[in-house]
Amino acid sequence: MEKTTKENLTRGIFKENPTLVMLLGMCPTLGVSTSAINGLGMGIATLFVLILSNIAISSIKNLIPNGVRIPCYIVVIASFVSVIDLSMSAWLPSLHAALGIYIPLIVVNCIILGRAETFASKNNVFQSICDAIGMGIGFTMSLTILGAIREILGAGTIFGYPILGLDANPILLFIMPPGAFIALAFMIIVFNKLREAK
Amino acid sequence: MSYIGIFITAIFVNNIILSQFLGICPFLGVSKKKETAIGMGIAVMFVMTLASAVTYLIYHNLIVPRQLKFMTTVVFILVIAALVQIVEIIIKKTSPLLYHALGIFLPLITTNCAVLGIALLTVQKNMNFTETVLYSLANAMGFTLAIVLFSGMRERLSKVKLPQAMQGAPIALITAGLLSMAFMGFSGVGN
Repeated sequence: MEKTTKENLTRGIFKENPTLVMLLGMCPTLGVSTSAINGLGMGIATLFVLILSNIAISSIKNLIPNGVRIPCYIVVIASFVSVIDLSMSAWLPSLHAALGIYIPLIVVNCIILGRAETFASKNNVFQSICDAIGMGIGFTMSLTILGAIREILGAGTIFGYPILGLDANPILLFIMPPGAFIALAFMIIVFNKLREAK
Repeated sequence: MSYIGIFITAIFVNNIILSQFLGICPFLGVSKKKETAIGMGIAVMFVMTLASAVTYLIYHNLIVPRQLKFMTTVVFILVIAALVQIVEIIIKKTSPLLYHALGIFLPLITTNCAVLGIALLTVQKNMNFTETVLYSLANAMGFTLAIVLFSGMRERLSKVKLPQAMQGAPIALITAGLLSMAFMGFSGVGN
């Protein structure tokens, strides 16, 4: 029991990292990672939805008829996304504006539906929470790192603080769309190398 | 905005995949072969235009008058999921040939964030019905163009020898990055 709990917690962070290994949730990953703070904000919003939906789905899994389970999951997820969306627009308006359309699009983030289908619908509430935390942290981590890389290279700042000095010439391309693809590609290459070495 | 402007902006300048990052999953997932890419593109064009038109009508006739704006996301995703199912059933009954070509792509489209994204964007931008339909059609065409170009590049790349760590997703992403860079050449056009 102890061992499975630990495994469920850590699985999402390295071995089955949703972004870098499973390549899930690519749209928010590429779309919002223009700065470290946006990546962190998106990651945490997704983490909350993931935990809430995993709790809800693993508690009602026996009530859902098998044939309509996917629509049921989507309704559950969409409700939590609306909650997060409205809370963010009330308490974090600037972050909400920066993330824009990607907040309601958490609904169609394959990570959440994927965990609901492959994990929460088969395991108890506690283990589902562990799984959600692990996956959520893995997602947040890769988004924040990608955001930080793009922010440093593209603007010379990190979390808004200039680190390259004022006369630095940042590579503007990394803030722009092509930079997202290329930065993520190299991040996956480094990650693959690390996994090979292990 | 003029109607031609909508098309030029959505297809080239502000391409849905290459600069708005919507629909990346199918873009990376079903772009290994040109035939499947074309199939996916047509399926998306069909569903996206239909979905935006239907969600527009529901939004302006049901959600706004009853002040249910907080339910927008839930309603839209359910409508899209139901719509995809209906389209699948209709195609299966009426045209087995079309079903054979598009069938496997239809279930994937439900979780394609491009469809929900465009439906939400048209509402946010306060477009009227004609603009909504044209805007979603134009974006779907942009999607098709990007995925077909990309699949052509990937078909050739599959024959190239690559280091182990670069195989699969990384090289696909770099290719997409270069394609996106090429599309940046259009920025400023049509304004």
